[in-house]
Amino acid sequence: VTRAQPLRSDNRVTVHFINRDGEKITVEGSPGDSLLDVVINEDLDFDGFGACEGTLACSTCHLIFDEDVYKKLGPVTDEEMDMLDLAYGLTDTSRLGCQICLSRSLEGMVARVPESVADIRQSQDGSSQ
Amino acid sequence: INRRGDAAFSSCRPKVCVVGSGPAGFYTAQHLIKGRQDVEVDIYEQLPVPFGLVRFGVAPDHPEVKNVINTFTQTAKHARCNFYGNVNVGKDVSVQELQQAYHAVILSYGAEGNRRMGIPGEDLAGVYSAKDFVGWYNGLPSCRELSPDLNCDTAVILGQGNVALDIARILLSPTDILKKTDITHPALEALTESKVRRVLIVGRRGPMQVACTIKELREMVKLPGTRPELVQADFEGVAQALPDLPRPRKRLTELMFKAAVEPPAKDEQERRSKASRSWGLRFFRSPAMVLPNPDGTKAAAIRLAVNKLEGSGEAARAVLTDEVEDVTCGLVISSIGYKSLLIDSSVPFDSGKAIVPNQMGRVQQAPGLYCSGWLKTGPTGVIATTMNNSFDTARSLMEDLDSGNLDMSAAKSGAQHIRTLLEERGVKPVTFSDWEKIDSVEVKRGESTGKPREKLLTVENMLQVAWA
Ligand SMILES: Cc1cc2nc3c(=O)[nH]c(=O)nc-3n(C[C@H](O)[C@H](O)[C@H](O)COP(=O)(O)OP(=O)(O)OC[C@H]3O[C@@H](n4cnc5c(N)ncnc54)[C@H](O)[C@@H]3O)c2cc1C
Ligand code: FES
Repeated sequence: VTRAQPLRSDNRVTVHFINRDGEKITVEGSPGDSLLDVVINEDLDFDGFGACEGTLACSTCHLIFDEDVYKKLGPVTDEEMDMLDLAYGLTDTSRLGCQICLSRSLEGMVARVPESVADIRQSQDGSSQ
Repeated sequence: INRRGDAAFSSCRPKVCVVGSGPAGFYTAQHLIKGRQDVEVDIYEQLPVPFGLVRFGVAPDHPEVKNVINTFTQTAKHARCNFYGNVNVGKDVSVQELQQAYHAVILSYGAEGNRRMGIPGEDLAGVYSAKDFVGWYNGLPSCRELSPDLNCDTAVILGQGNVALDIARILLSPTDILKKTDITHPALEALTESKVRRVLIVGRRGPMQVACTIKELREMVKLPGTRPELVQADFEGVAQALPDLPRPRKRLTELMFKAAVEPPAKDEQERRSKASRSWGLRFFRSPAMVLPNPDGTKAAAIRLAVNKLEGSGEAARAVLTDEVEDVTCGLVISSIGYKSLLIDSSVPFDSGKAIVPNQMGRVQQAPGLYCSGWLKTGPTGVIATTMNNSFDTARSLMEDLDSGNLDMSAAKSGAQHIRTLLEERGVKPVTFSDWEKIDSVEVKRGESTGKPREKLLTVENMLQVAWA
């Protein structure tokens, strides 16, 4: 894959991910790409993300959004809700990344990768890393 | 810079081995390899084929779940990872020998045993453990001879977890669906001839305590050609309790409640009236005994003791009453849980909980020994759960490397030494490229019948292909 294109073509959508360490990672995707596609295309290292490869069978692509973004994400199917029910740290604005497609209206969206169980436990008992 | 010290240090790369190649083994290996540039990981597996319950547990009609195999394959092919199949740890090589050859040993050998019901009649023909039944339709070599008798109208499954629902679904699915999966040929034939029309899934407690997840329940509700058979009275008080339940439990209970109590819409009513098979959830029942047929040769019915609930919510307890109920059935499958086994007497083992006692994956009182997966947590949770607890174990190990808690003072011989031992003992390991030969033969065998693969069913057969 070459990146010989101009710095920014009009037809790209900017997404800001916040990883488990709280770092912000800014990338671009094309409209129609799912957020899982973006993670894979940009080679983002969220360990264990997308285990079932976008087939709605795992919940490892769980992402958390701000309320205003969440409202723009479109309807949730029962099947997505079913898998979300198994996700760690489920919130009212949680979705599965493989089910969300980029569109122009989502330009600049922020998607947060939830902490894993271990992270939560470790930050509670104060141990490092 | 202390040159001598550095040289000694750099020559000593951490050599780690993993016992078992299920999700736990692979996710632990993956996290170690990604987390450090110097670690080398060898994976030992008793069977000639990798992936554990992803191959031998996950239902054949859930191919999406098996996509994790692609990531495991990437890990196995990594330059710092090696796979040695056909090596039974505890028999062919001891854990102590592995500990001598490696800086660290991670036990990830899963839960190969099953819990027994402990009731009279449990050993009659027609009574199977879920583990064996699942192993049979998924081609586990040790379960090939099971050939369960499906010549009866009603099957009773004890336990209401996802494994129970998998089995119910396989028993009731139209074979037109199953024949496009990697279910074994003998199982597909038996299911095509099956007379089973009704499956009852029995639990000790009530609808608000079922152990299955909603995806599996929704599959039952939608299963073509079947209708639900639920007892309205079991759902007394459920509607009132719903609002206060946490979301996952709430949605699961709502789905069940709807199927049991609400009048179906017209098309659903029509679907149900056309259905020739049925499934039911039976609540508040414990197995008491399996009743034989008149000549005592096989199961003819099961006696269930009726329970009442004490307390509520997840903590509610089932308490026996004097009442019993007999259910006529020719097939009984106990799905009350898998159980880890002790494979080597040198390993600490908590036989009460059937796990290796550990803290964050560090085996207690055994420096250099770690565990992950179902052996670490007990046999519950989905692959994502196993993934997280395996990452945890890998993290503990890397912390110990950083802190110096893991003894790295000597270089270790790793697989080199173990392979010599195995050769002396007449054991020939199966490499990952050997497995890929098995894989491609299986895929090819499936092509002619429109299946993703047709599994090889015996270890001999697998080895033949691997070493052809
Ligand atoms: C019937 C069933 C269906 C399931 N369906 C799903 C599903 O649809 N979705 C989902 O997310 N999860 C599912 N699960 C759960 C999932 O399979 C487990 O979370 C996961 O497999 C546990 O991983 P593990 O590596 O600890 O154990 P295992 O997968 O059992 O792997 C253990 C490995 O160790 C090997 N081994 C054992 N003893 C030795 C020895 N002495 N020496 C060398 N190797 C040894 C075994 O051969 C095996 O390969 C299912 C589980 C079952 C039982
Ligand atoms: S990648 Fe598995 S559900 Fe999204």
